[in-house]
Amino acid sequence: MTRTVRLTVNGQAREGAAEPRLSLADFLREVLDLTGTHLGCEHGVCGACTVLLDGEPIRACLMLAVQAAGRSITTVEGLAPADGLSPLQQAFQDKHGLQCGYCTPGILLTAQAFLRQNPSPTREEIREMLAGNLCRCTGYHLIVEAIEAAAHGPAGTHAPKPA
Amino acid sequence: MKPAPFEYLAPVTIAETVAALAQHGDDGKVLAGGQSLVPMLNLRLARPAVLVDINGVAELDHLREADGRVHIGALKRQAGVERWAGARLPLMAEALRAVGHAAIRNRGTVAGSVAHADPASELPALLLCLDGAAVARGAAGERVIPAGELFRAPLTTSLRPDELVTEVRFSVPRPDAGWGFAEVARRHGDFALVGAAALLWLDDGGRVAGARLALFGVGGTPVRGSAAEALLTDQTPSAERIREAARAAAAALRPDGDLHASARYRSEVAAVLAERTLTAALERCERAA
Repeated sequence: MTRTVRLTVNGQAREGAAEPRLSLADFLREVLDLTGTHLGCEHGVCGACTVLLDGEPIRACLMLAVQAAGRSITTVEGLAPADGLSPLQQAFQDKHGLQCGYCTPGILLTAQAFLRQNPSPTREEIREMLAGNLCRCTGYHLIVEAIEAAAHGPAGTHAPKPA
Repeated sequence: MKPAPFEYLAPVTIAETVAALAQHGDDGKVLAGGQSLVPMLNLRLARPAVLVDINGVAELDHLREADGRVHIGALKRQAGVERWAGARLPLMAEALRAVGHAAIRNRGTVAGSVAHADPASELPALLLCLDGAAVARGAAGERVIPAGELFRAPLTTSLRPDELVTEVRFSVPRPDAGWGFAEVARRHGDFALVGAAALLWLDDGGRVAGARLALFGVGGTPVRGSAAEALLTDQTPSAERIREAARAAAAALRPDGDLHASARYRSEVAAVLAERTLTAALERCERAA
């Protein structure tokens, strides 16, 4: 039986219809048309679908859309300011921290929350954090550099807090 | 959509949850953090007719210390417990850091991981190491199941289909107890090939007053290293004695070989990790003294 799900996405009140078995990831992509959230394995391993739930990273493929009612979600579409890129996104562009880009949205959101908790991580900590996000192009070196650059970038400011 | 269709129930009290489970029996399945169940739904390895989502049951969202134990409600996420344990129970914090990744621990629950009973996962072994128990509520009432009687086979516990785990309890070791935790996995956050958790505490004469060892990834359930505990208790600890105890614990194991590691490799690593964690525990005891 279809239910109406009301939630906040990237700071805006949104609603849509969902069967209970619809994942949050499919809901974001197919009902709300926010296709920046990518799906890889769809069983929690690859990290491509990572979004922020009330500011904390979660796997959108492992949460039902109906469970997100009343919660606040940040997707990759919510990272950039109205003009340009967030400091973290800018660092990915500057350092070429992506190849095909499929895993990038999940990595950006994971790194965004990680840098908020740990503003000056070591290389080892960045690598450990990245273990939860698979990049099949294996472009990890430049991804690590980009996250490092964002952490130690101008004035040490990496990104605004998520909505 | 990946999962097969199911009826979705979202009770808001324990009583409603237990009633729903009693009504649906084997057809019902409890959904908490979803980090193990939802992958199984997505792969259609699990096809419950009814999903009972307990995320709205506020009375399950508790964490409190009483009588030397920490009582962790069924809705407490691993990330939150990790923050609590960092200062209070470092062995638990260390074990939790090895559970998946931050994004998994933000949703996954401690009680859910125990009830799921994956033989390669950290928290069931920790429940054994810390003399823990699961509290189950069913139509017939509440019962406390000690860790040693909970795990039966891979993904199989002594819980009945109509029972809800309302909380899990872990003993909080005395402040001067030493601990060790180690696992071997292909990558950080992967399921362990083999892992071990150890706890030691000494009497005034420097002899072992108590020892706990639990191993995981070494068979169908987590395994208590009883042989090692017996060889260490009431003895003056030494590197040789710890090695002997670790070897004895590993010799009692009957691990399975699979694609990821042979049985012989698992036995060998179990002995090494048992020795390493017991040694770390002893060093922490000596530092605390």
